[in-house]
Amino acid sequence: MKYLVCISKVPDTTAKISFKNEDKEFNSDGVTFIMNPTDEWYALVRALELKEASGGQVTVINVGPKDNEKFLRSAIAIGADDAVLIEANEETESYYIAKNIAKYAQENGYNFVITGKETISFNSFSLGGMIAEFMDLPFINQATQWMLNGEVSTIYKEIEGGEEVLEVTGNCVISAQKGMAEQRLANMKGIMMAKTKPLAIIPIALGEEKVQVSQYQVTPPRGNCKMFTLDQIDELVQALQSEAKVI
Amino acid sequence: MKTKTLKGGAFIIEDQDLNSFYAPEMLSEEVQQFSEMISDFVEKKVKPNFDKIDKGAHDLVVSLLKEAGELGILSASLPEEYQGLNVDFHTESIISEQVGKAHSFSVALAAHTGIGTLPILYFGNSEQKSKYLPGLGSGALLASYCLTEPGSGSDALGAKTKAVLSEDGKHYILNGQKMWITNAGFADVFIVFAQVDGDKFTGFIVEKGSEGLTLGAEEEKMGIKGSSTRMVFLENVKVPVENLLGEIGKGHKIAFNVLNIGRYKLCVMAMGGAKETFNHAVRYANERIQFKIPIAKFGAIREKIADMAISIYATESATYRTSGLIENQIQELTSNGMDKTSAKLEAAEEYSIECALLKVIGSETLDLVVDESVQIYGGMGFSEESPVARAYRDSRINRIFEGTNEINRLLGVGTLAKRAMKGELDLQSPIKAAMGDLMNMDFSEVSGDLGAEKKSIANAKKAFLIIAGGAIQKFGLEFERQQEIIMKLSDIMIDIFAAESILMRVEKKIQTSGLEGAAHDINILKVFLYEAMDRIYMKGKQAIHSSQEGDQMTMMLMGLKRFTKYESINVVETKRAIAKIYIEKQAY
Ligand SMILES: Cc1cc2nc3c(=O)[nH]c(=O)nc-3n(C[C@H](O)[C@H](O)[C@H](O)COP(=O)(O)OP(=O)(O)OC[C@H]3O[C@@H](n4cnc5c(N)ncnc54)[C@H](O)[C@@H]3O)c2cc1C
Repeated sequence: MKYLVCISKVPDTTAKISFKNEDKEFNSDGVTFIMNPTDEWYALVRALELKEASGGQVTVINVGPKDNEKFLRSAIAIGADDAVLIEANEETESYYIAKNIAKYAQENGYNFVITGKETISFNSFSLGGMIAEFMDLPFINQATQWMLNGEVSTIYKEIEGGEEVLEVTGNCVISAQKGMAEQRLANMKGIMMAKTKPLAIIPIALGEEKVQVSQYQVTPPRGNCKMFTLDQIDELVQALQSEAKVI
Repeated sequence: MKTKTLKGGAFIIEDQDLNSFYAPEMLSEEVQQFSEMISDFVEKKVKPNFDKIDKGAHDLVVSLLKEAGELGILSASLPEEYQGLNVDFHTESIISEQVGKAHSFSVALAAHTGIGTLPILYFGNSEQKSKYLPGLGSGALLASYCLTEPGSGSDALGAKTKAVLSEDGKHYILNGQKMWITNAGFADVFIVFAQVDGDKFTGFIVEKGSEGLTLGAEEEKMGIKGSSTRMVFLENVKVPVENLLGEIGKGHKIAFNVLNIGRYKLCVMAMGGAKETFNHAVRYANERIQFKIPIAKFGAIREKIADMAISIYATESATYRTSGLIENQIQELTSNGMDKTSAKLEAAEEYSIECALLKVIGSETLDLVVDESVQIYGGMGFSEESPVARAYRDSRINRIFEGTNEINRLLGVGTLAKRAMKGELDLQSPIKAAMGDLMNMDFSEVSGDLGAEKKSIANAKKAFLIIAGGAIQKFGLEFERQQEIIMKLSDIMIDIFAAESILMRVEKKIQTSGLEGAAHDINILKVFLYEAMDRIYMKGKQAIHSSQEGDQMTMMLMGLKRFTKYESINVVETKRAIAKIYIEKQAY
């Protein structure tokens, strides 16, 4: 089986978020980026586990600037076999990214395309669905478990108040979330080997950005928050009366 | 590019070629990946367990060490033939830096990979290496190092533990007591030093479970509470002759050589810890509101932030400079056909002066940082709820083990003097030249980028040379007994080594980022020098007053004053500018 895992980069969770260019652009000055956690911890690791169990190839892919190579190298260090960077401007537009990934997957005969449930930066949840549409494949969103038996995938999803178990025959696109796998740390040997594994940089093929960000807005910070435990009812009432002055 | 290498200790009399200088900014992408990976390991696996570890969960330390083994952290510096990764020295440095954030766990890891494993790597024969190294690298075997005894600490060679060959010649029978043994509680392998025939100091590999090998209770310690520290008792322990390490009577070579690398790594680990604590303190200073503003806005707090950052920057510059010197030496030796393990050992010995000075620099920087960080946290810093309380307790040991800071200060100057005596370093001519400069007024103009700084550092070296030269002349063979003066000379050496390391790092930065891009680094250099020159003057004055008389004294004092002159800078404004960068970045 051939697995194509989509890897994006996101600002470190502790990064200070600000915008520039009249609030049209994310200000990346002084921000450290990391591999998107759901891509790394769930999508990539599950693909590796399936490959380790029954063979195949795990490729990681990113559409973005050349700098993103280092995130792909990190993914290789964790265990991916090879990587592809489709060189483009900063990645913001899912349609544009999905179209390019779909094309690459199709032309290179991948059986599964796996994404993380969402990027923790833009949270659009949309990439997987679009890729599936472009490839004319089924899409299973926010999967928590994925077993593979021959051609048949058994996939678990959380639904309101319970779980849904799906069987999918043949190729598909999956977005992965918590439960799918456990984070794997790269080991030193993996990092050293990563240099020797192939990383192809190919030019963007389909370049048409349909969606443009016109403005970002920062939600005003929440006011001071005070936590009370169950046995502090008296303090709570006291605070509501004398501090918040609402009762 | 042909670059001249700087010999160990030679920095005090020569300049280093900038091409051979190594700065932390030059760490390769691969090394940075190692760094992130180890930082991840510490953050995700060790940090959540700090409390449990400090409450004595040694089994957790053991399982984390094994996990570190799986990740390759324990085998990084071992050769490939023993399933090691054979990494370069910069990678070893970065591993130590990241591990240094892990409090008690870092002590366990460092004792295992350093003083525990290195004696076998460097001095074991091939059977011993094959038998132990793969296990030590994977974490299947854990090691400890038993040198100190109740009656001998700094005076390590004064150990009383005895080793006597059995009648059938198959075993050595060991009897004695070892004290303060890190990892003793769970170690599988004990590197034990004992006197053969009463006075031949020798190393042995003793295995756990050997009959007669018992342990004392866990010590109740001030800090690094989660590190296992126990006494090791040897009562008629039979050690097979195959387990003799190196040669009979050559145990001192083992004991001292592993300490060179140990001291270097202690410095790097302390620096890692200092950065982590600094980050906590800066974030807290930004969050804590008093008098309606964040305390980071108060000058008193800002100055602390600047002082800590400058000290870390200095440590970092001196550390990676040394990493570069050692790595260059390793490469030179291996290109001449030496195997890498021997090359590393020889390189660390070559730079043993730098390693000793760094041990002092790193541990004292960490102590400054934890102390000021507790102060920035105020009452909260005194509470175990804050991360800085643990940092404060755990810092203090670093000035004591791997040779106390006094011993390392003595070693810095002592080794320099020894090398001069042996003719390995020519101190005589530069001392003469510096003495000559006492009479010659220097009217040369400073010019070029950092002209004033370069001149000041060159002059500071002259100050060192006249004080050292004068004291040696005065005391002759008694010089060694003038420890008060040696301590001061050592401090001057440390300031020069650090200042010059910062200077060269800034020069590199200017090459890549221009004067403007290096503005912050230049500020750090200026403040460091401004303060260092005053320190050097003060220590120098005391040394001269205590060793010279009459005209000679007057002349040397005048020279010292001239040699320790530096620009007047607005030190308050400059420190504010330095602090601002970190306060905005919320991190080092
Ligand atoms: C937590 C902990 C872990 C340790 N782990 C290990 C371990 O794993 N293996 C091991 O072998 N040892 C270990 N040690 C021992 C450690 O290396 C010694 O404590 C250290 O070398 C100092 O020896 P000492 O305690 O006997 O102090 P002393 O030698 O008694 O020194 C006391 C004071 O006198 C000063 N002094 C001593 N000699 C001189 C001199 N010639 N000139 C000037 N001043 C001098 C010292 O600087 C110090 O200030 C550990 C110690 C501790 C506390």
